[in-house]
Order: sequence, then structure tokens, then C-alpha cells
Amino acid sequence: MIPELGHFALILALCLTVMQSLIPMAGAFTGNVVWMQLSRSLSSGIWVFMMLSFACLAWAFLHDDFSVIYVARNSNSLLPVYYKFAAVWGAHEGSLLLWVLILATWAYAVSLLSRDLPIDILARVLSVMGMVTTGFLLFMIYTSNPFDRQLLNAPAEGADLNPLLQDFGLTVHPPFLYMGYVGFSVAFSFAIAALLTGRLDAAWARWTRPWTNAAWAFLTVGIALGSWWAYYELGWGGWWFWDPVENVSFMPWLVGTALIHSLAVTEKRGVFKSWTVLLAIAAFSLSLLGAFIVRSGVLTSVHAFAVDPERGMVLLVLLLVIIGGSLLLYALRAPVVKGTSSYGANSREVFLLLNNILLVVSMAMVLLGTLFPLMSEAIYGEANKISVGPPYFNILFLPLMALVAFFLGVSTFTRWKRTSFSHLRQQLTKVLIASVSLGIILPLLITMQIKPGVMLAVALSLWIVIGLGKDIMDKTANKVSRIAGLRSLSLSYWGMQTGHFGFAVVILGICLTSNYSVEEDRRMAPGDSLTIGAYEFIFEGVEERAGPNYMADSATIQVLKNGNDYLTMHPEKRRYYARGDIQTEADIQVGFFRDLFTALGDPRGEGAWVVRIHYKPFVFWIWLGAFLMSGGGVLAILDRRYRTRVRAGSAAEKARGDRVTTGGEATV
Amino acid sequence: MNARAKLLIPVAVFSVMLGLLFFGLNPERDLNYVPSALVNRPLPVFALPDLFDENGTISSSELTGGIFLVNVWGTWCPPCHQEHPYLVEISENEPQYTWIGVNYKDDLEDARDFLDERGNPFAKTVVDTDGSLGIDFGVTAAPETFVVDSTGTIRYRHVGPINHEIWAEIFEPILAQIR
Repeated sequence: MIPELGHFALILALCLTVMQSLIPMAGAFTGNVVWMQLSRSLSSGIWVFMMLSFACLAWAFLHDDFSVIYVARNSNSLLPVYYKFAAVWGAHEGSLLLWVLILATWAYAVSLLSRDLPIDILARVLSVMGMVTTGFLLFMIYTSNPFDRQLLNAPAEGADLNPLLQDFGLTVHPPFLYMGYVGFSVAFSFAIAALLTGRLDAAWARWTRPWTNAAWAFLTVGIALGSWWAYYELGWGGWWFWDPVENVSFMPWLVGTALIHSLAVTEKRGVFKSWTVLLAIAAFSLSLLGAFIVRSGVLTSVHAFAVDPERGMVLLVLLLVIIGGSLLLYALRAPVVKGTSSYGANSREVFLLLNNILLVVSMAMVLLGTLFPLMSEAIYGEANKISVGPPYFNILFLPLMALVAFFLGVSTFTRWKRTSFSHLRQQLTKVLIASVSLGIILPLLITMQIKPGVMLAVALSLWIVIGLGKDIMDKTANKVSRIAGLRSLSLSYWGMQTGHFGFAVVILGICLTSNYSVEEDRRMAPGDSLTIGAYEFIFEGVEERAGPNYMADSATIQVLKNGNDYLTMHPEKRRYYARGDIQTEADIQVGFFRDLFTALGDPRGEGAWVVRIHYKPFVFWIWLGAFLMSGGGVLAILDRRYRTRVRAGSAAEKARGDRVTTGGEATV
Repeated sequence: MNARAKLLIPVAVFSVMLGLLFFGLNPERDLNYVPSALVNRPLPVFALPDLFDENGTISSSELTGGIFLVNVWGTWCPPCHQEHPYLVEISENEPQYTWIGVNYKDDLEDARDFLDERGNPFAKTVVDTDGSLGIDFGVTAAPETFVVDSTGTIRYRHVGPINHEIWAEIFEPILAQIR
């Protein structure tokens, strides 16, 4: 009964989204306020039914209702309760349900938090989101219904959740990732509304910015969690593989990063308008492309869902309608939203545009690399498929990011409209000398090796960090006291600096861990030891251990630091009962400056095993930096001006109807 | 180019991509079968270095007189790590098949270490550093496994990692049929 209730809720949600896509939009065109007002209650209704539907599927999982096919395929009575819940989004159908639920949640949040938004804009935005939701609900109900049942001959036991997914990191990774992907639908809908009304001013950018920052912050965390999961769960110590599924999450992030910067320019200076709109469309389109690639099976990947060309075809039609339609609208309407102000060749606008272009080029390069096997096959025939590996991505991506880091450092000191070269030279000379000299000296002193790549990366991250430190000092220099000065800086300024600081931390983490990791894979018999730096690893042997739904070979490795007892590590190899899958479970001691990573390979007879021991300096900084970047996004959202405007501005803006001031901004 | 035409660039780019994705969905383009040009054709002719013997070469003519499983892999490829323990197990349990490794676009030092430490299922490992053999075989992405019968003809191509399920459901029937 409960699964039918969930199915019914899904159908009711679909009915409401159809109304949502038609009525408020029609109201916006005819000026019917009641129709437009309907968008608010409809979005709450859609959200309630989606929540209900999701709760029903979760109920089916928690009660081991194996008559539901999706539950039978992805759960097992032995599965711990926590993973039973997480299994709801463990495969295609349920994760799609989560996807649509999150879409409904964003729309509901927009309807709740945008009280100051003129009703005609809100109606259009929610209507566009309703159209997207309708498309995905239709797709789900017709091709991928998670509530399909097999009432006759329902199995007594389920097939279990893929053991790779039985892990905390991976249970929280998809919700964050989807919050990011789907969150770009808000910026997308605002962009479509702007194209429809021809109205794209500072107020529009201000409404769009917090939503875009929020989606971007979620996506940043989502990608970081995915990479962290790959690092400790896949068991071979890598953290990024340029796998097609990783790439499709990375592309919206690159464009999203460009978008949050371009939106800043559009808000402050009223330029790059049509570029901003295009980026907003592109960020969400790439999220949709990601959904397509992961769910249709056009490319092979470790992470992809089950292959089904029919689903792929329906998704392709969705892509055609949503992306094709919006790009066509863009081509027709973009001239209406052209920028009005001008800017000099050496202004902050230009440096932000440069970085925007670099980010978009990086995205294009990732896209090209991802689709290359398909392209070469299409052009040269099936016998000539060629794949590109990590070398392609690294060769192109690293120099592009180095340029991004360089321009980032410069743009901190540029001003809107125009900046004189002498001002820039005066500001940057010391920063340049300090970062380059420290970049060369520090790695040399610490490692006594000359590695130009490391020196460049260290210099670039110092270039960013010293630059932002100097900027903060300069901005607070003329205040009564330093503390008062620091307090007077706006949260969005702190957000920007935190985000940039996080980027510098990521650069350092990636560079140092790639260059200085020690990775040993060794056959070890009980009593054998291995020394890496100050650490000595003593292999004591392997014992069997029973987990809730698996049997594990659990190794014991004593670690000594400078000859003293330090810690004991237990990497495992698990065999899950239900599927018979073997899964390595690495044991990692996470540290601020280095991780100790141990994983268990294969038995080699007489109690000996292949043991993998890695010493990975600064690897934690990769995720630390990502979380800092995301924190920067959150700080920027919390800036007062987004809230004070809501109260102070709403009455005035409503009174003025459509005309909203492009009021001067005192902050950055 | 006038401003209007420029605005059509995104639509144009998207259309090309959509066409490509549509092509990718073609149900006849089954990732798991050898491209039509290679169906039941003899193994491509090659003579390439041996991973464990710097001066030696392995040539396609050596792959006759038995059933061969040619596995294309690299240490840079995550799914190859995933399937490796299964390959080791299968090669031990079913010695009637000879496994030939094709080490694809890899660092040779890493490749040798990998096999030394995790077990070597391959009777011989061919080095294909520049991917030329991969092109002859029509390799899309590692790992891929080709079934070659005793006359040196490719009978099946499998894309993606192998595990017990895939071995039992896909490989065993095919091997039983061609034996």
C-alpha cells in the first residue's frame, strides 16, 4: 500500500508541475496577478508531494519490502539501517527521485525566500523550474519508476547495495552533488526570466547571486566528497582520475565558478550581461548533460548507472527541449539585455573576463576529452575509437589553472572601470618578489631538490595568499584600529577572500601530494617492516573478522614514529555475502601535514600479503581547500545586503513596480 | 560576422553535441561487441616488445593453437585495478585458457611493479606504449578483453572490468561454444 501511495504522490506532483509550468507563465504574460500568485502555493504543493513520495520509498527500504523491484535490487535485510536509508539513492531510479525532490526543494526555497521579488519575475522563474520538473517527472514515471512492484513471487531476500556504496562518504556525496547540479536550475530560470522580460539589471543580478553561490558551494563540497571517497574507498590512493563521471561533475563547477564572478560584474557594473545569461544557461545545461552521460551509458565508466538506451533517448529529448529551447531563446533575445556601461582595458572587469574565458576554455577542454572517444568513433568509424587518458587532461589543465591563479592575484588589486598601470605595478611588485623568492627558497630548503613545477605551484599559491593578505591590510590601514577595520569589511568580501584562499590551498595540496608522496606496494610476511621517513610500519599478520553483512580479512599494522609506538592500523579486504563482491577498505590516518595510507592486497601464501603503504604529504589540503572555497560561497550568501534589501527594499521596489534602482554599491 | 549570427554559435555547438550523443545512443552500437569490421576477422598483425624482456618481442603469430584471452589494461585505469584480482583467480582456476596482457599507454616500471605485487595472470604481456595496437583492436577505454579462438580469430570483445558474474554469464557460454 505504501509504495502505491508514493507512486500516487509522484503523479499528483506531476499534475501540479504541469499547472506550475503553464498558469503562472500565462499570468505573467497577461498580467493576471492571481495566476502569478498561484506559483507560490503550487511550489509548496509540489514539494510536499515529492517529500511524501520520497518518504514512501524510504519506508519501503527500511521495512525490507522486497516486492518493490528497486528495493529488492538494492537492499538486503542484513544491511545496516543507516545504509538501508542511503540505499534509497543508491541506484538510478531512487537517485532520480532524489534529483527531482531537490529540484522541488530549490523551487520551494525560492518561493519562500524571495518575498521581495516582483511577482511577475517570481512567476516566470517558478514556471521555468516547473517545466524542468515536469520533464524529469515524466521521465521518471515512464521509464524509471522506483515504485514498480513484483507482487507475485516477491523475493524473500534482496540483492544488497553495491558494497562500494556502503560507506559514509558516498551516502552524503550524491545529495550534495545534486544540490549543486540542480541548484544551478535557479540561476538558469532567472536567466530565462530575464530573456523573456528583457529586464536584466543590478537588481536581477543581486537576486540571482545568492542562489548561484549556494548551488556552487554545494557542488564544491559534492565534488570534494566524491574525490575523498575515491581516495579511501577505491583503495589505490588516487583522488582524481579524469573519469567521465568525475568530468561531468567538474564541468558545471568550472562554468559555475565563471558564473559567480560574471554575476558580480553584472551587479556592480552592469556589463557582461548576455555573457552572464549564457553562463547561467550553460551551467545548468552541463548539469543536465552530466545526468544524461551518467544515466544513458554512452560512455563507459566505473561509476555509471545501468546502461539503458531507451532511457537515454528520452533524456536526449529532454536535453533537446530544455537546452536547445533556452539557447534558441538566447539567440533571439540576448540583444535586448545588452550591457550599457563601458570599461577600460586595464580594469577589474577585464581581468575577471580573462579568468572567465580561461575557466570556460578549461571546461571546453574537459568536455572535448570526455566526448573524444565518441567523436573519433563518429568520424572515423567504429574501428577507430581513440581514448584520451589522464596525460591529455593534465597537460592542458594545469597550465590553464596556473594562468587562472596568476590573474586572480592581479585582479585583487585592480579597480572597477579602470586601473592605472603604475598603481598595479606599485601594488604588485612586492607581492611578486615575495612569492617568487619564497616559492623557490621554501621547497629548496625543505627538500633539497629542484623541482620547477613545485616551485611554480608554491609561488602561485603564495602569490594569491600574500596578495589577499596585503589587500586586507591595506583595506584596514586607515581605520581607527585594525580590529575595527577587520569588522568593517563586508561578509561578501570575506567570502571572496576565503574562497580564493581555499583555491591557493587546493593548488598547494595537489602539487605537494603529487610530487612528494611515497608509495610502496610490498609483499610482507608477519614481522616484516617498512620504513618511510620517520615512520616504521610493522606487518603483524591478517585475521578473519565478521562484519554485519560481510566477512573481512583484517590486517594489523603497527606504526612506530621515531622508534616509539604511534598507532595501529587495520586495513581490510571484505567479501560481502549477498553479491560475493570483494572490497578493499583502506585504513588512513588523516593528518594536517600528511596522511598515512594502508591497504591490503592479495595473499601470497604462508601468511604473507601484498600490502600497500603510502605516505601522502598535504593530501588533506585538497579537501580542506575545497571546503574553504565552499565556505567562502556561504559567507558571501550571508552578506547583510542580501537581507537588508529584503526588508528595506521590498516596499520601495514594489511601489516602483518594474523599475528598480541600480543603486551604487559601496562594498567591493 | 554580425552580432546576430554570433548569438547562434551556442545553438550550433549544442546541435553538434546533440548529434554526437544521438549517435552514441544508437542501439546497434553495442559497446560489448567487436566493431563490424573486426567480427570474426583474424587478430591484427603485430610484433611488439615484451614487458618482462626488454630485447624480446611478441608477435601475433604466437597466438595460435589454443584459446587466448587478450586483456588490454594499464595501471592508470581504475577499473583495471578492480578486475585484476578476478583475472588472477580465473587464470589460476581455469588454466585451459591463456591470458595475454596488452599494457596500454602505461609507465613500464609501474606496470612491472603492479604485476609483481598483485600477481600476474598473463602468460605474456605485450607493451603498447603509444596505443597503436589499441587502435588496431579498436579499444575505446581500458580494460577490454578479447576472446581469440584457436584459429587466431577474434570471437568476442568485452568492454569494462570482468568479475565473477560477468565471467559466468558472458565468457563461459562463449568459451563453451567455441571450444
